[in-house]
Amino acid sequence: MAKITYTDQLGNSKTIEIENGLSVMEGAIQNDIPGIEADCGGSMACATCHVYVEEKWLDKLPKAEEGEIDMIDMAFDPKKNSRLSCQLIVSDELDGLKVTTPEKQS
Amino acid sequence: MIKKDVIIIGAGPVGLFAVHQLGIKGLTAVVIDNLDKVGGQCIELYPDKPIYDIPAVPECTGEELTKKLSEQIRPFKTEFFLNERVDEVNQEKNHWFVKTNNNNKFIAPNIIIAGGVGSFEPRKLSLKDTDKFEGKSIFYSVKNKEQFKNKNISIFGGGDSALDWALELSKFSKINLIHRRNEFRGAPHTLSEIKKLEKEGKIFIKTPCQLDSIEGEKAIKSITIKFEDGKTEKISTDVILSFFGLVMKLGPIAEWGLNMNKKTIQVNAENFETNKKGIFAVGDICSYPGKLKLILSGFHEVALASVECFKRSRPNEKYKFEFTTSSKSIQSRLGKK
Repeated sequence: MAKITYTDQLGNSKTIEIENGLSVMEGAIQNDIPGIEADCGGSMACATCHVYVEEKWLDKLPKAEEGEIDMIDMAFDPKKNSRLSCQLIVSDELDGLKVTTPEKQS
Repeated sequence: MIKKDVIIIGAGPVGLFAVHQLGIKGLTAVVIDNLDKVGGQCIELYPDKPIYDIPAVPECTGEELTKKLSEQIRPFKTEFFLNERVDEVNQEKNHWFVKTNNNNKFIAPNIIIAGGVGSFEPRKLSLKDTDKFEGKSIFYSVKNKEQFKNKNISIFGGGDSALDWALELSKFSKINLIHRRNEFRGAPHTLSEIKKLEKEGKIFIKTPCQLDSIEGEKAIKSITIKFEDGKTEKISTDVILSFFGLVMKLGPIAEWGLNMNKKTIQVNAENFETNKKGIFAVGDICSYPGKLKLILSGFHEVALASVECFKRSRPNEKYKFEFTTSSKSIQSRLGKK
């Protein structure tokens, strides 16, 4: 289990306890977190589950593979700390992770 | 006005298999899709990615699946209307009237919506006020390259579309190729061609940077791009070409009076009919208790929906369940002896 905090552009935030093995995207969808759309259902094909990861977590997360980086090119307003939340798999190590959703997904 | 038994909206795998399930029952269909080719997400999002859960097909790519399905429905000689989006759906007694954005009109007792997550549309630039330039100075695709002759063109994106058009249009225009990071993800050969043209001063590559603002009233005069280190640069620009792939938009479907659940259409799990008699939703776009967004679920859904379509299309005939292995009438519809 890991507590993940989702914050939107207005600063509203929600902290949810998510089971290991689910993705940060699935955690958001199952808990009705707005701001994550995940149109393709998690197949790394759409960039509508784009989030900004809190800077200090960037190095702790498994590196994005090439396909994910390519998809982030398509995302709305990509930044250095951009990730696709469908590729962040929850584990105990991710406890305390904070992500911010972009102004919009597409 | 085209009259059929069923109007299928969406040419993804489930829409294609709908043609088959209707066809073997002797029903006629027409398929409408906003993409320029059949296959839906399979062809647009993951043509090269292997799929492992199609029954009896241990492994195939999105493209292979699309090809096989196209082959399977060939005997029915179904007409496809591609590059068209259904805008209007209206009831006329027991029939449904459908109009597309190309002004094509259809009428049928049944509509099967196999729309996936909606229609694919180009991802637009994220700056405000870009709408007023769209189709004049801002383009998301190239339909006629002649209109881009002798211009200052700024191309955004890092994939094949951006690179290919940079190469092509550099033959007669000045090109700025702008991308958010230093790496491009196009074909290596294209990339080396572009590097060559950069040395010759025909293409100017600007990375890592993004669009910051657009200057101009009626037409674009210049744009300002912002580099990662915060520096900005003004570039004289007549035309922006933006290639950030496609997004899926539910679009007008939300306005047809169907019961929706977020971005999906509620159906019953017996024949996948919506709250409107004769309108069915199948595949990723439908929801019912236990729904799984799998291609194989869509195949099942469309098989059951096609039975109800038959009953509505042929109210005076009794539906008879038949196997393809033994039914002479199915075999003759498939062109087999």
